[in-house]
Amino acid sequence: MVAGTPAPDTDRMITVEHVTKRYGDKVAVDDLTFEVKPGIVTGFLGPNGAGKSTTMRLILGLDAPNAGTLAIDGRAYADLPAPLHEVGAMLEARAIHTGRSAYNHLLALAQTHGIGRSRVKEVIELVGIQDVARKRVGGFSLGMGQRLGVAAALLGDPRVLILDEPANGLDPEGILWIRTLLKRLAKEGRTVFLSSHLMAEMAQTADHLVVIGRGRLIADTSVEEFVSRASTGAAVRVVTPQATALRDALARREARVDSIERGVLEVHGLTGQEIGEVALAEKIVLAELTPLQLSLEQAFMRLTGESVEYHATDTDTDESTTLRAAA
Amino acid sequence: MSATTAALEAPVRAAARRGHVTQARVIRSEWTKLWSLRSTRWTLLVAILGMAGLGPLVATVQMNRWDRMSLGDRLHFNAINSGLGGYHFAQLAIGVLGVLVLSGEYSTGQIRSTFMAVPKRLPVLWAKAGTFAAVTFVLMLASGLIAFLASQSILTQHHVQTTLGHAPALRAWVGAALYLAVLGVLALSLGAIVRNTAGGIALFAGLLFVVPGLAAILPTSTQNAINPYLPSNAGTTILAGTHEAHTLSAWGGFGLFCGYTAIALIVAAILMRRRDA
Repeated sequence: MVAGTPAPDTDRMITVEHVTKRYGDKVAVDDLTFEVKPGIVTGFLGPNGAGKSTTMRLILGLDAPNAGTLAIDGRAYADLPAPLHEVGAMLEARAIHTGRSAYNHLLALAQTHGIGRSRVKEVIELVGIQDVARKRVGGFSLGMGQRLGVAAALLGDPRVLILDEPANGLDPEGILWIRTLLKRLAKEGRTVFLSSHLMAEMAQTADHLVVIGRGRLIADTSVEEFVSRASTGAAVRVVTPQATALRDALARREARVDSIERGVLEVHGLTGQEIGEVALAEKIVLAELTPLQLSLEQAFMRLTGESVEYHATDTDTDESTTLRAAA
Repeated sequence: MSATTAALEAPVRAAARRGHVTQARVIRSEWTKLWSLRSTRWTLLVAILGMAGLGPLVATVQMNRWDRMSLGDRLHFNAINSGLGGYHFAQLAIGVLGVLVLSGEYSTGQIRSTFMAVPKRLPVLWAKAGTFAAVTFVLMLASGLIAFLASQSILTQHHVQTTLGHAPALRAWVGAALYLAVLGVLALSLGAIVRNTAGGIALFAGLLFVVPGLAAILPTSTQNAINPYLPSNAGTTILAGTHEAHTLSAWGGFGLFCGYTAIALIVAAILMRRRDA
């Protein structure tokens, strides 16, 4: 958008600093600090109930934090003179009067900023709901509702996008559509911040991850780093024609070795380099030496394991929704 | 130096060209919101039919029974009251709709979209109160005029009609529309305070219709001391054809009713600013 412009530090950036939010006795967000930068898709990951939606509501000024500051472009949301041009947001729970048509809902939002009817029609076509735009929102399917939410977010051509579970309720075609759209918006230099509890979806969309559990920051890192960090201490896969010899040698180093198949071992407790050194000392030929990476999903489960609030039920929903997204 | 300044100003100027949120724009938005709901159109139609139709209906019944009415009833007959009696019906519709203007946004979650567009929040309350009061005033003024003129032409049967040239009649006609407009703002404020449709309507109906009924159980002396200050009794002094005992003056009573409404609106404003959406 403003490529080539030497922008101030906070340009198009979302900053969350030491934010705490309590609802009664329950701490929803606990001393959370992170930044979301422009030009990339930042995923906001965490199990259900981790505080993702609360954090987004706090950023958007809908809820007030008990402590800490939140800013967009260095300013509190409530101080933005034209918020829809700065930030486009879609919340998980539908935030639309069911008795109004999609067109009138968007028109009423547009009018607060003096945005014209032509732009309303434009976003309706952009998200592909022109056939139902004059119908009452109450009759919309979940997917249509999500598309309308995206249309509302894009209405002001904002520099920052905040989307809570945008893939929810979309069919595979819709998921591909929103993924492509979000990547394109980020490429244009916008800040894209989206939450999800679907690891598979995040792995394909996000460049950077902010991971929270029970309202606390667990990781603020690139997708690759996140996976490799969680993989520390994970197994190393070794392919060798002298599997038995290597196995005996490693056993003397007190490593745990599993035979996966003929000539393939999985070694726990040693790094790839250590295994290589053992093999060199013993003059054993290695055909392959691979540190086993966890999938993003496994990495997530491993790091958030303690932070999952309602363990059994959460795992269930995560699995079923992940399967649906993968299908 | 100048190059840096220009570079920093470029996005600023771009932002200035784009529309900021203004009170006038929020009013336009709330106007669209008000009319784009089916419930608004139906409820306002009910209010119009009640206001315009009930007076002439009452006048017709009164004229048919005129010959059988007692001398006392004939002497106390008030042409203004029989023309504008439709407000009894209209106030229920206006009150329910007033509550819905805000409770409907809270119950559907729409309020979050609204506050994301207008994060200062209060312009939304002022715009909603202003548009709803203006719409109610204009519609009730028009339907009140229809009711008044139609019923007076019916009352000519026994030559007991009055005209808008008569000062109390003029005040009652405009006053009915004013009372209903302010009542709408009171109901809207209650909806904003309670944020729930059922609760808001219960509070509104309780305050306007149930409290006077409860007061009637009290001893007469206590009743006479309390009654004039109840919201409904105070508010309707402005549209009464004659000044009755144990009521406030026309403008004094209406002024008190406006005061009650202002308090409710201020409480609604404070809570709207403070509470999480």
